[in-house]
Amino acid sequence: MMPNEPINIKPYGDTMNDGAVQISFTLPVPIGEKAKEAAKQIGMKLGLEEVMVYHMEGLDEDFTFFVLYGKVPFTIDYSSITVPAINKQSMDFYKINQVIKEQINRKIVVVGACTGTDAHTVGIDAIMNMKGYDGEYGLERYPEIEAYNLGSQVKNEDLLEKAVELNADAILVSQVVTQKGIHLANLTELVEMMEAANLRRKILLICGGPRISHELASELGYDAGFGPGTKASEVASFIVEKIIQR
Amino acid sequence: MAKLHLNEELIEKSRLSANKIADQVFDFIQDRSTVSIERTVLRLSGIDGVNSDGVPYANSLVDLLQKKGLLAEGAIPWLIKAMITYGISPQEVAELAEMDKINWDDVRSVPMDEVKKEGNLLAEKGLNILMKQRQSREALITKMGEGSKPFLYVIVATGDIYEDVIQAKAAVRQGADIIAVIRTTGQSLLDYVPYGATREGYGGTYATQENFKIMRAALDEVSNEVNRYVSLCNYSSGLCMPEIAAIGGMERLDVMLNDALYGILFRDINMQRTLIDQAFSRMLISLSGIIINTGEDNYLTTADAVEEAHTVLASQFINEQFAIKAGLPHEQMGLGHAFEINPKLENGFLLELAQAQLARQIFPRAPLKYMPPTKYMTGNIFMGYIQNALFNVAGVMTNQGIQLLGMMTEAMHTPHMQDRKLALDNAKYIKNNMKDLHEEIEFVPNGLIAKRANEVLEKASMMLKEIEDLGLFEAISAGRFANVKRSFYGGKGLEGVFLKEKNYFNPFELLMKKELGIGG
Repeated sequence: MMPNEPINIKPYGDTMNDGAVQISFTLPVPIGEKAKEAAKQIGMKLGLEEVMVYHMEGLDEDFTFFVLYGKVPFTIDYSSITVPAINKQSMDFYKINQVIKEQINRKIVVVGACTGTDAHTVGIDAIMNMKGYDGEYGLERYPEIEAYNLGSQVKNEDLLEKAVELNADAILVSQVVTQKGIHLANLTELVEMMEAANLRRKILLICGGPRISHELASELGYDAGFGPGTKASEVASFIVEKIIQR
Repeated sequence: MAKLHLNEELIEKSRLSANKIADQVFDFIQDRSTVSIERTVLRLSGIDGVNSDGVPYANSLVDLLQKKGLLAEGAIPWLIKAMITYGISPQEVAELAEMDKINWDDVRSVPMDEVKKEGNLLAEKGLNILMKQRQSREALITKMGEGSKPFLYVIVATGDIYEDVIQAKAAVRQGADIIAVIRTTGQSLLDYVPYGATREGYGGTYATQENFKIMRAALDEVSNEVNRYVSLCNYSSGLCMPEIAAIGGMERLDVMLNDALYGILFRDINMQRTLIDQAFSRMLISLSGIIINTGEDNYLTTADAVEEAHTVLASQFINEQFAIKAGLPHEQMGLGHAFEINPKLENGFLLELAQAQLARQIFPRAPLKYMPPTKYMTGNIFMGYIQNALFNVAGVMTNQGIQLLGMMTEAMHTPHMQDRKLALDNAKYIKNNMKDLHEEIEFVPNGLIAKRANEVLEKASMMLKEIEDLGLFEAISAGRFANVKRSFYGGKGLEGVFLKEKNYFNPFELLMKKELGIGG
């Protein structure tokens, strides 16, 4: 626990502890007073107080959209919260290359791919491409990193084969499509294949994507998980630190 | 009125380069066909359905002919020879062939002039289905009219065709002009078209003939209700590009994504396969009166929209020339581009306007397809809503043809029903409030926008000249597009490409070329 952290917190609108929240959703019923009451009851069943339906609009014959405001009656003990998180203290491009040169004494090899049927390479490209994203160079630009971006729709077995062939230090898996949990099956399969081949301890395994958290990744057996907004230097820092630790 | 002062000479030069690039590729294409083209003409001959293993009969028959080494003459001659020898229908040929009940040595003796006569009849009948659908579209538009430009385009992507129908109908009642059914992830790499109505997809719904039919019927019903013809869009892309074009024509789709280079660069489909397939698919699309949507927006999802803007324009020039060669009129060329500049960039909106107006003036008759911000969309839906508003303003100010509406939840999930409604409210507000603004605008001759537009044009023109000198195949191999390198023999689907023998016969191709007035 950090000192001076608040014990009881609530959402904040314009007055401390007013508990103000806004929610919006659609109900599969025609617009009308009855629909409005149903929306209000949903708010109340969620535990909100002073529920107000401020906006109601028909989306179609049998669907209505609502915007509600309400007040949260309970508080959360902020001081008691612990979150598993990756050490965000990351090095920058120059520092990373310097550390690899001085402490690892060889180039490190990173293989990345969008696996399974996923064709959305925007995430893996942002981390790996020469150009990078938002002013941050991608791993391909790092002189001390050999980066291989295998692209989209790569089978887990092909990814693994390539990683072995290149003697990879780390594998990066990007999963953007997560409808119906398809990413979970895909990510789990790779862990299982690596364990079966006795590679899991030899190669760092990292996943990333808009719906990936470090917590989820750890549960699935990954060394790390990176969510949206991650920069290449954060991923590279993590890899370098882990290799040095080992 | 020329709103932007552009270097006309450079436009002319770029077009000439693109034309030469397309010429070189067409010389190569002429001598080749693919398994997907052969399956397409079998489908147009009336072969439908799947065998007991779920393999489409069009696939099983083409595979069989290929295995027997007969496919280089085309699938049609062998289909007809079997039809005549046994006195049976195309469907029966496919079914009997499956059971190994066709003796391919016996059917060989049917004389070629008989084959040609029957082939021409088959082609007339098959292409007539596409023409009939085209005529009914025209009749429906005459009867009930259609929306005004830019057409408001929204997607449905539930994975379940019946759920898609519910979402699509709601969107039409909220003002959508075009409904695109997004395909399930991975379909572009299937070397067959799935069959029947489907309820399970990831990030989208399988493109099948039955699903097309279901959605078309639903949109016709709701079009009638709102008294405005609503268009249906799907994808003629991937390994089954021409087959899906034919199915789209049969089921009266109105818009189809179809790009000469997209599959090569972003799906790692072999370049020979894609370029041969796109030429054939565009003839079908042309005849069916379908508008193509090209995929230039994809260049900017990973590359920088400011630095790589010229690659978009260069690709538009190339797509235009490929389209002309396939007999596609300008009015059916939905050339693509996108609003993807970093929102933090000072004067970024001016650069967006420059690009949009540039495309508008260079391709004046094309119904340009304008794609919304995706790369810089975040979980902040409120910020996302205003990013989409700015995009809509750019669309109206530069008179775009098809406005693909951005969803404020773009970064999170496929659209929920209310996301689509809010996006349509946003677009309708701007379209109505700023309706004729584009008529009032002329850009300062040496201003930032004019300078930027000419700079992009100049770079595109240089790039096209370079590709012209290198050849398209070599340019792709060298990574000139989207920084992606693809090799001539690499990628998926090369095994489906073959050289035509000198007695190759494809009456559909011949009749289409005649109808479209193109050579070869």
